[in-house]
Amino acid sequence: MTPDGSLISAAGLRKAYGPTTALDGADLSIHAGEVVAVMGPSGSGKSTLLHCLAGIVRPDAGTVHYDGRDLAAMSDAERSALRRRDFGFVFQFGQLVPELTCLENAALPLRLTGHKRKDAEARALRWLERLEVADVRHHRPGQVSGGQGQRVAVARALVGEPRVVFADEPTGALDSLNGERVMQLLTDSARETRAAVVLVTHEARVAAYSDREVVVRDGIARDMAGMYDAA
Amino acid sequence: MSIGHTLLALLESGPRHGYDLKRTFDEHFGHDRPLHYGQVYATMSRLLKNGLVEVDGIEHGGGPDRKRYAITDAGITDVAQWLAQPEKPEPYLQSTLYTKVVLALLTGRDAGDLLDAQRSEHLRLMRDLTQRKRDGDLADQLICDHALFHLEADLRWLELTAARLDQLAKAVRA
Repeated sequence: MTPDGSLISAAGLRKAYGPTTALDGADLSIHAGEVVAVMGPSGSGKSTLLHCLAGIVRPDAGTVHYDGRDLAAMSDAERSALRRRDFGFVFQFGQLVPELTCLENAALPLRLTGHKRKDAEARALRWLERLEVADVRHHRPGQVSGGQGQRVAVARALVGEPRVVFADEPTGALDSLNGERVMQLLTDSARETRAAVVLVTHEARVAAYSDREVVVRDGIARDMAGMYDAA
Repeated sequence: MSIGHTLLALLESGPRHGYDLKRTFDEHFGHDRPLHYGQVYATMSRLLKNGLVEVDGIEHGGGPDRKRYAITDAGITDVAQWLAQPEKPEPYLQSTLYTKVVLALLTGRDAGDLLDAQRSEHLRLMRDLTQRKRDGDLADQLICDHALFHLEADLRWLELTAARLDQLAKAVRA
């Protein structure tokens, strides 16, 4: 834990891509079991913020602490291990391995952390059942609908019971009904396992599944939690 | 919502007492605002006067007499016309929020902060509705979805305005 009891905390994050400033002093903390929506217009720095928090992108300045540890002080191998063990990821598109079945895809994070096939697939199957897609377990991603594929991706993100799920526009490619169901299943499952969820979205109805929102504007993250008491 | 037309339409399936009409109305449409008995009886006497319903029978009991109402042919025609008539789209051309944004810009205040606060307030209500939807039945889900889509539309406008604040500031201060 970090001093303020949060699971992840970022302070003064700055990141530029060439002449373009993506983050310009972003601060944020997230507690265990919390679903936080990161909102803001296109190009405001939302995804860069998520990538910095997940240790995928190294910020130019500022710090990210996860469970009391400074990500910048870890080696690349340590950060990779952390991502595999403690983090789950859901993206908008193209995240399933086309050659593997849905079951093998969902079991992949466990296989990568050394679990035996039988055990990994048994656990993956339970998550596919939870996500209502057990019937397509032997299909390959190309043979299932967008909504089914995204549920498999959510199962894969949750199979290792991560402490943080990073979701970048997880329903961006889905229709309203499928998008809502995916959000419901994702947030219900995360709350049960006390995982924190960092949810990047530009859709208000998706953000409504969060506990609070952080708005990124011009590379600066504003935590809107205090605003709740204003009314 | 037209309570008169709604009660009238509920009578199409068969005659009902006033209390039965209220109960059925509340069950389908009164989640937030159940009808008062006074509203039901005032509405029924208006419908009676206009010949859209008639008294089908009166029960004499220990308390006040209870009338049973039935819809007339004229009432059925009225319901059919009402259902066939599309609702007028509401364009919200006089938005208080737009006025506030312009005034913030004119008085040198931070219009971005105002929009942030409004987004937060909208999202708070959207969270409540989303929770109610999760706990509710299909009727709850549809009612909440209707409200959620409208709130989302407000927020889309808000994001578009936020992205054009510099432009708007120049225009209003010119």
